Amino acid sequence: MEFGVTVASHKGWEVLTVTGEIDMATAPRFRQRLLALISGGAQNVVIDLSGVDYIDSTGLGVLMGGAKRVRSTGGDIRLVTTGSRLADLIELTRLDRVLDVFDSVSAATESSDS
Amino acid sequence: MTSDPTQFDFEIPARPEYLSLVRSLVVEAAEMDASLSRERIEDFKVAVSEATTNAIEAHARACRDDSIRIRCTLFDDRLEFHITDRGYGFYPDQIQVLPEPDDPSRLNFERGLGIYLMRVLSDKVEIQSGSDGTEVSLAIDLPANNSNS
Repeated sequence: MEFGVTVASHKGWEVLTVTGEIDMATAPRFRQRLLALISGGAQNVVIDLSGVDYIDSTGLGVLMGGAKRVRSTGGDIRLVTTGSRLADLIELTRLDRVLDVFDSVSAATESSDS
Repeated sequence: MTSDPTQFDFEIPARPEYLSLVRSLVVEAAEMDASLSRERIEDFKVAVSEATTNAIEAHARACRDDSIRIRCTLFDDRLEFHITDRGYGFYPDQIQVLPEPDDPSRLNFERGLGIYLMRVLSDKVEIQSGSDGTEVSLAIDLPANNSNS
């Protein structure tokens, strides 16, 4: 699947949907869209990775950087993964300990207490 | 009884858009041995891609536009990839230690996961680095042949 990033609003959350492979080649575009969203005032962000075939340390770094920036403004960031491979990698790097991971956008937004 | 290893040498431009090609090479090489599971192949694909990413970054830092060398060798008992760059090198022992995952300061470290992933997703990692470049050697064992070793 070709790399792409789209943004939509869902129940008060900004949902950034990524598709394709996130690596050193594509991570800059992912980072740019995420940071633009945050600098534009987004406080509650869901990153939907269910269409991502591959993510590497560069992409995981973007997730961490985004989470740091959102939380510094009192906001929240949540991940959505459906592929076991991606979930395994997030678990392996223990990012699931610092980022909340859900299996659907609805689950991520509906569990909001904000 | 062992057979001669099958070996391939590649050179790729030190540019990120070639990472996807390297990952495809890993899958192709790994599928030459039917004993490797899809999960192990995916693990090794990540490890080799991380090493190649570091090599590309090393060339960028050194302002070098020559190629990254990749050697793939399929032995009876293991698959090896060697990724060689001509960057400035680094001291593997001095790599910054990441905070524990539960530590909120963990989010301050946007980098540094690459070598960690290489280590946990490969069966062997060796890094030789000097002022004229770095060679990272990664290997995964082939389970069907391990029982005979």
